[in-house]
Amino acid sequence: MANLKDLKGRISSVKKTQKITSAMKMVAAAKLRRAQEGAEQARPYAERMHRMLTSIAKSVGDTEGAPKMLAGTGGNRQLFVVCTSDRGLCGGFNGSIVRETRRRLRECARNGIEFKVITVGRKSRDLLRREFGDKIAASFTDIGRRGVEFEEAVEIADKITEMFEADEFDVCTVIFNKFQSAISQVVTPQQLIPFAADESDDDGEEDKASDGPRAVFIFEPDEEEILEDLLPRNIATQVFQALLESSASEHGARMTAMDNATRNAGDMIDNLTMTYNRTRQAVVTSELIEIISGAEAL
Amino acid sequence: MADTVEFELVSPSRLLKSEPVEMVVVPGAEGDVGILPNHSPLICTVRPGVIKVMESGKVSEEIFVAGGFCEVSPERCTVLTEEAILVNDLNRQDAEERLRQAKEKVASATEHEIEEARKHLTLAEEMMAAIEYVERGR
Repeated sequence: MANLKDLKGRISSVKKTQKITSAMKMVAAAKLRRAQEGAEQARPYAERMHRMLTSIAKSVGDTEGAPKMLAGTGGNRQLFVVCTSDRGLCGGFNGSIVRETRRRLRECARNGIEFKVITVGRKSRDLLRREFGDKIAASFTDIGRRGVEFEEAVEIADKITEMFEADEFDVCTVIFNKFQSAISQVVTPQQLIPFAADESDDDGEEDKASDGPRAVFIFEPDEEEILEDLLPRNIATQVFQALLESSASEHGARMTAMDNATRNAGDMIDNLTMTYNRTRQAVVTSELIEIISGAEAL
Repeated sequence: MADTVEFELVSPSRLLKSEPVEMVVVPGAEGDVGILPNHSPLICTVRPGVIKVMESGKVSEEIFVAGGFCEVSPERCTVLTEEAILVNDLNRQDAEERLRQAKEKVASATEHEIEEARKHLTLAEEMMAAIEYVERGR
């Protein structure tokens, strides 16, 4: 049986761990609230941007002059933007994203489709580097240290646009964790380029009801010029939205993970205390027996 | 017939304003656009400049925007912008700093960046113009 001193040491070390995990949990909970608010407040912009783009896209249709970013280039070279966190200790948050990305990348490799990756967050870069190191076109880290800023999204979007203009890929997809609740995050792939008009119809529903039949818009300047401005802006907005969702998910995942860790530490402390007390009692008993038998022998 | 138009000002980080107003004047890319209720549907780009909100025939609020887009439907006017500041909150020092930086950028920009740099410069110039306008008014 383990000796008393060792047990005492272990109990105190588990207690310290528990303190840390419960502190992390509370920090994550506070950050989660802020991140969630941020994500909610950013929604109107993304929604309206989408609505505007959809109405322009409808009016431009499949005409010859439609910008490539809207209509697509017809090719099938892929670019994946993978959003993860910079730091670990957040349960399956990064693992699930990376697993999904690996699956897609391997599939591309198998089918001989060219692909490239942009990693956001330290974790995706580190985890993907070994297998797909030569495919990583760019890495962004330290995003959203103090809340996600729109400028950071613009930076990423600029890189994407630049690569698109240099004709390095045809289809761009962001992979991120969509925030559902503190305990559930859903890995979501979202297509950025070409613009997918129907994908988020569900969240624009309320607007549609009030708008009635879609009116014919006057454009000033003409559609093409607006699109030229709007499309890159839209990418930034979508990336921003993904970053916000991802950051809310990260804090949610961390909160849950740390909550579990705190509870496990509690269980462990209980068990160890039980063993400690038993051992102590055994020691006392055996000491007593020694004394009594010593006295009897006299 | 409604006598107000729902004016919405949205930035990436939040919904800045959503209220019924009598009229708004938006600095469109091809000239200022005055929007009254029942305006025909319009989508236009917005240049950096000042949005004027009119209430009972007078300008009740002036907001500086750093460009963006505007969507108008008969009952609604939505302006999407990356940055919006109340004209009265504009800071001369900040604007001067931005103007200086923008000028430097234009001077040092490569052919590839020049367009972007020019945009920044116009933005900063417009900001200064708005500030001067306010200061003259006082």
